Amino acid sequence: MSAATPPTLAPSRPPLEGRRASARAFGALCGRDAWVVVRHELAGFLAQSLLQPIFFLFVFGRVLPEIGAAGGGYGDQLLPGIIALTLVLTALQNTALPLVIEFSFTKEIEDRLLAPLPAWLVGVQKMVFAAGRGIVAAVLVIPLAAVILPDGVNFESISVIGFALLLIFGGIAGAAVGLVLGTAVPPNRINVVFAVVLTPLTFTGATFYPWAGLGDLPWFQTVTLLNPLTFVSEGMRAALTDLPHMDLPWIILGIAISTVLFSAFGLRGFVRRAVD
Amino acid sequence: MSGPIVDVAQLRKRYPQAADEAVKGISFSIDEGEIFGLLGPNGAGKTTTIGVLTTRVRQTGGTAFVDGFDVSKDPTSVKQRIAVVPQRANLDRSLSAYENLTFHAAYFGFSRKERRQRANELLEAFGLAGRGNERVDFYSGGMAQRLMIARALMHRPRILFLDEPTTGLDPQARLFLWDQIEALREAGTTILLTTHDMLEAERLCDRIAIVDHGERIALDTPRGLRHLLPSEAGLDLLVEPGDHDGAVVRALQAFGTVEADDADDADGRVHARLFCDAAPAQVATAVEQAGGTLIELRRLEGSLEDVFVHLTGRDLR
Repeated sequence: MSAATPPTLAPSRPPLEGRRASARAFGALCGRDAWVVVRHELAGFLAQSLLQPIFFLFVFGRVLPEIGAAGGGYGDQLLPGIIALTLVLTALQNTALPLVIEFSFTKEIEDRLLAPLPAWLVGVQKMVFAAGRGIVAAVLVIPLAAVILPDGVNFESISVIGFALLLIFGGIAGAAVGLVLGTAVPPNRINVVFAVVLTPLTFTGATFYPWAGLGDLPWFQTVTLLNPLTFVSEGMRAALTDLPHMDLPWIILGIAISTVLFSAFGLRGFVRRAVD
Repeated sequence: MSGPIVDVAQLRKRYPQAADEAVKGISFSIDEGEIFGLLGPNGAGKTTTIGVLTTRVRQTGGTAFVDGFDVSKDPTSVKQRIAVVPQRANLDRSLSAYENLTFHAAYFGFSRKERRQRANELLEAFGLAGRGNERVDFYSGGMAQRLMIARALMHRPRILFLDEPTTGLDPQARLFLWDQIEALREAGTTILLTTHDMLEAERLCDRIAIVDHGERIALDTPRGLRHLLPSEAGLDLLVEPGDHDGAVVRALQAFGTVEADDADDADGRVHARLFCDAAPAQVATAVEQAGGTLIELRRLEGSLEDVFVHLTGRDLR
């Protein structure tokens, strides 16, 4: 190495300040995530997000009705639930799993935490991006359903605005639960916790049945209210179909409470992990 | 801007659930353009101190300013001005080496053109030209280390934190890094470096703070630190003491200051450091006369390592 000083090494740039720097950094972190999904792991993302809904739609929406184990119109009831499930679980997993790995094994999170934005905003960025992945996956379920379900997709009286809002807030709610898991669970237990959390979340979220239909099982009906997915599934039924669903104010309240609660918990946990 | 670029005063850190404080009131300041070394045994509080200065650890007492910004009150402004090369690789494994550099600069708001140009320059400067498109998973330890330093320089930081930058590197990689660090100094970057490697500290650092048990126990230039030895000349002895346990040490004390840690050796040997100007042959004779057997005799060169052991002792951490 020569003794001459390469100009590359010299510090010479006045940095951007404050909010402008944070906004640029936030955008760049999203840009990095988008680049990685599109350029390096598109197939993986699609398989991870869409395999489960494809099988649910096929087995519950097509096989069961065809062998007579479910009614003919069951697919119509099922689809809004599967869209909600895909939305929430994709957002959840894409927040929780990367966080566990990046905080413990690869330490990749460190470079993000040193970017010029507050630590909590790094957590928000993780949530926003995971919610985005959830939304993409949820929307892709619709054309898949059109092919898989015997009667195709029969959405009547769609509320586009309602659907869009549900996608956004349902995704955020799922990502918030993921943030809680990703920061609260020690890395050596994440396998167990995932199994213990995901299965109940999947089956108590009013995905495969309308919530009102649980009237004969009042204890189970009450339990399902603890699951944010219940409100997203019912919301999808309200926004996309004429089928019976939970009253709108309850749906809004349920999603609002779970989003705020899990986000607050998750971000607090994130900052604790980020700054000793 | 006048005044030191890093200013740490009475810094304290107690981790939750820890019995003892990790840092117990450390103070120092670093001038712009200086290479400042933080030396100490494992667990001395070096990494915690760097953690506070790089906004990753919240102090429980004292103050720390970087380029005039309080690290606890305005961490974002601090992060704008610093770069960190950690002990352990934390490269973005989903990205190629080149992308690691360009996305890092993007976080700091650099334009696409600047990112591309700088990434290519730095890959070249760190001997990674032509390897930019490889996944960092396939990089060797030395290459990863070089890439991390290149990444740190992407956003032109005013202060670079290097946490044990050469630990685990082969001699070639180490020499290369030393050259790079010296080039950075020439270019005016302030550097805070932690290391156990005395040679490294001596060669690179303008000033060195030695920390142990969370306290700063010395702060000076490498030359100034050598004056901390009772005498710049001295001998390091390993002796089989024979029957009369204290006799050897008493014999040595006749020559000058003695630091002996006898009981710790399982084989009953005495390890002593004698600070004096006496000729080694004279000392050897005195040891034999006191009934001891000389196993090893080494002249102390007043190196930084001698200072370090003099100040922090020989106990394992």
